[in-house]
Amino acid sequence: MHWAWCLKKCLHKSHPQRDLSVMAQVVESKKACAVNPLKMSQPLGASLAFLGLDACMPVMHGSQGCTSFGLVLLVRHFKEAIPLQTTAMNEVTSILGGYDNIEAALLNIRKRAAPKIIAICSTGLTETKGDDVEGYIVTIRKRHPELDDTEIVYASTPDYVGGFEDGYRVAVTAIVRTLVKPLPVKSDQVTLLPGSHLSPGDIFELREIIEAFGLSVIVLPDVSGSLDGHIPPDWRGTTLGGTSLQEIRAAGASALTLGVGEQTRDAAQALQDIAGTPMEVFDRLTGLEVNDRFLQRLSQLSGRPVPAKYRRQRSQLLDAMLDGHFYTGGVKVAIAAEPDLLLAVGSLLHEMGAELRCCVSTTKSASHAALPAQTVILGDLEDLERGATDCDLLVTHSHGRQASERLAKPLLRIGFPVFDRVGNAHRCLVGYRGTMALIFEVANLMIEQIKHHHADDWPLSPEALQAAAAPSTCDSSSCGSCGPATPIRLADAGA
Amino acid sequence: MSTSLKARIADVFEEPGCDKNQGKSDKERKKGCTAQLAPGAAAGGCAFDGAKIALQPIADVAHLVHGPIACEGNSWDNRHSASSGPQIYRTGFTTDINELDVIYGGEKRLFKSIREILEKYDPPAVFVYQTCVTALVGDDIEAVCQRATEKFGKPIIPVNAPGFAGIKNLGNKLGAEALLDYVIGTVEPEFTTPYDINIIGEYNLVGELWQVKPLLDALGIRILCCMAGDGRYKEIASAHRAKVNMMVCSKSMINIATKMEKRWGIPYFEGSFYGIGDMSDSLRQIAKLLVQQGAPDELLGRTERLIEVEEARAYQRIEQYKQRLAGKRVLLITGGVKSWSVVAALQEAGLEIVGTSVKKSTKEDKQKIKEIMGDDAHMIDNMTPREMYNMLRDARADIMLSGGRSQFVALKARMPWLDINQERYYPYGGYEGMVELVSQIDRALSNPVWQQVRLPAPWGDDGETLGAVPVLAASATDPQANRFLTEVAANALGLVPEEVPA
Repeated sequence: MHWAWCLKKCLHKSHPQRDLSVMAQVVESKKACAVNPLKMSQPLGASLAFLGLDACMPVMHGSQGCTSFGLVLLVRHFKEAIPLQTTAMNEVTSILGGYDNIEAALLNIRKRAAPKIIAICSTGLTETKGDDVEGYIVTIRKRHPELDDTEIVYASTPDYVGGFEDGYRVAVTAIVRTLVKPLPVKSDQVTLLPGSHLSPGDIFELREIIEAFGLSVIVLPDVSGSLDGHIPPDWRGTTLGGTSLQEIRAAGASALTLGVGEQTRDAAQALQDIAGTPMEVFDRLTGLEVNDRFLQRLSQLSGRPVPAKYRRQRSQLLDAMLDGHFYTGGVKVAIAAEPDLLLAVGSLLHEMGAELRCCVSTTKSASHAALPAQTVILGDLEDLERGATDCDLLVTHSHGRQASERLAKPLLRIGFPVFDRVGNAHRCLVGYRGTMALIFEVANLMIEQIKHHHADDWPLSPEALQAAAAPSTCDSSSCGSCGPATPIRLADAGA
Repeated sequence: MSTSLKARIADVFEEPGCDKNQGKSDKERKKGCTAQLAPGAAAGGCAFDGAKIALQPIADVAHLVHGPIACEGNSWDNRHSASSGPQIYRTGFTTDINELDVIYGGEKRLFKSIREILEKYDPPAVFVYQTCVTALVGDDIEAVCQRATEKFGKPIIPVNAPGFAGIKNLGNKLGAEALLDYVIGTVEPEFTTPYDINIIGEYNLVGELWQVKPLLDALGIRILCCMAGDGRYKEIASAHRAKVNMMVCSKSMINIATKMEKRWGIPYFEGSFYGIGDMSDSLRQIAKLLVQQGAPDELLGRTERLIEVEEARAYQRIEQYKQRLAGKRVLLITGGVKSWSVVAALQEAGLEIVGTSVKKSTKEDKQKIKEIMGDDAHMIDNMTPREMYNMLRDARADIMLSGGRSQFVALKARMPWLDINQERYYPYGGYEGMVELVSQIDRALSNPVWQQVRLPAPWGDDGETLGAVPVLAASATDPQANRFLTEVAANALGLVPEEVPA
């Protein structure tokens, strides 16, 4: 029986629904020139993480353009005011080092906006020079006791390494390493680390699910508090809502860390290193089976059964899958997204019978190994467009709109940035409910593509026409006595 | 920074067409026009951004950004500059340099990228943009572009405006310098007419140029080239044969106008297509200068007759809004020179301007605003978002017109807002555009949603949606909870709890 036990253990460990034969190979694009970039930079991802902290002022240590571009993109996606500052480096300070600029920025921000946290990320410019920002901060702290009431977090995020998701990962890890201290464990408190692909709406959903088990949850970082599009009572220069400093510190008392997306593994590990908190990283929470596992885990932790509400939602999702599969089955998909989002949406489409014909992503990640596709190209939207010629559906961020127009194929907008739609903050793709919403969205998009057929849609092949024709006995068909019969209309015949 | 770029920036700062610049001492002028940016309190684009804004509207060329992913990946396809034909200008090309390129230099990758673009897309030219990182590691884009031009037989134009060189406005000028150095004057037009003009600094945002072009077409005036809205490489290359230059956004590319005057003797004037009066003045100026340059003087009469018909039609269409808009107060926060031309247009519709930003305006701009609005003109040099918010919340203005970045100041104060910057979706050029602007203001102001969103919540804690209030409502007598409420309120106001009055 020993072998059977081994096999059972193996099966249990591996993903029950994953077909091991189709795990994706990662192929790097050989092009020198990226065309229609899919990727965005690390500092932008780091800034998003910092925007999920309450009373925080994120700062990019670089030229003011770095901040300006990021700001415009965040505003266009979230339709919200975005506090984001710059150390305004110029060519002289870049070469001599940015100490003075960081010092001036910290003092200026402290004076003008009085944030609780100032979060700095580096850029390609300052990393090329090699600014020792951590060292600068130590010196600045010594010289300026007026900054004692302000926490300073620093993340190293050069533009020329990694992408948006990597920057977010580095920033969340930096927040944990800087601010979390070990505390006595509270058995009913969990820490949720959402990936950068989770919207405020996703976070609301997950918080509700976790709290339904009687657990309290610290979300880090929590863009659902800051970028959820609420009307604040007054204008403030810093973030309005998000994980408060007290909450971040309290994360040291959590009984479990739940991560959503591989990108949260580093921060979960940091929490384990610092506070000894056990961790569990869910590679996605879009789909049926992953949510089953998620709820089961919460049930186990809380000692409470899965609430009736979610049993009902599961049943609704099953029905949605049945209703939706008619339109998603066999659909050939070209999808481009950052690793964790690619896995979440790609896997669901696969589970709904779609074929991931062309997958494009930005950077290397453990997530790619789990993707049910032949290959993942680390490339751009030109790669997507070229791979999409025989596909039925494009799935990527708003920049896919040009390819969608050129190919005359529908585009499902996912991820960041989605600048030509409103309501991005409230779109939910996780949990049973979010999964159901995504299935409906995809199915409805495909229903729109259903063609109305015409009488001449199915012409016979020349071979078939020839085979069906009456046998020819003479060389010339001009005599009219043989060959295919000319149809005679009754009216003509009568005349 | 290379010495050539330094010399170029000094050259750009020496601007004969700018009175402010000419009023400075040599030492002051060397410092440039750009105020030192305050770290931690700065906003706005960099020089690369400015160069890209100025040149990207050239529709048939490939725009290749040599740098890390941030510069193009975070910014591509984000403006509504329209093209009547080619779409390649909307394609994002970047060398997306990696760590090894930073260490070993990215010149080889740049050269290969140019080749790939020419092989795959075959544009008439490639514009190569320098960025901070590649400038810092010493990539010589001028040399790479020269080599590529020789090798591939197509113009490969270096645009040396790395972000850290300065602000957006400087980038506009550095972009213009690239046109002067490498493009303008390199091709002869197929034919010329006495009615050929260039329009400089017009970006054809949401197709605004096309609200003006029919007027010029009707008069027989040919736009030899527009820099750079709906522009074509060949047109810009042959721009030196125009009879007259019109400068639209006066600060952004004035160096093109002054240098074309110096090199080819083409007179220029500064005008605007925003506002009815300004549109008419611009037509008059074009006609006057063309006649001076040898065009038959019957053009003047035709122009006046066209103006008469168009003005009458526009005023008649605006009239229907006047009654609804009269006395409504507008807070106008724009990038600068556009202020006065928009002010005049809004007054035509009976609107009252309670304040206008003059942050980027020149002395003459401010003088013009005074002429139009009177001495009590409320000119705002540098309004903070908080001041804007207070002004709107206290109902000292009915609507704010501004760029996209400050929109939430108005919207969060539950006040109407209209986008008049480059991210907008509606065109406001010429006579047509002014009618459109007024109709958009009316559409914003008359929307019943403003009454809806200002309804106070029945439970009296409207707006305080930070999550703490429902708990408090249940236990208002609990002193513990009260302290919590104080903290929440303080938090929301950006104050420390001690500052909150009991």
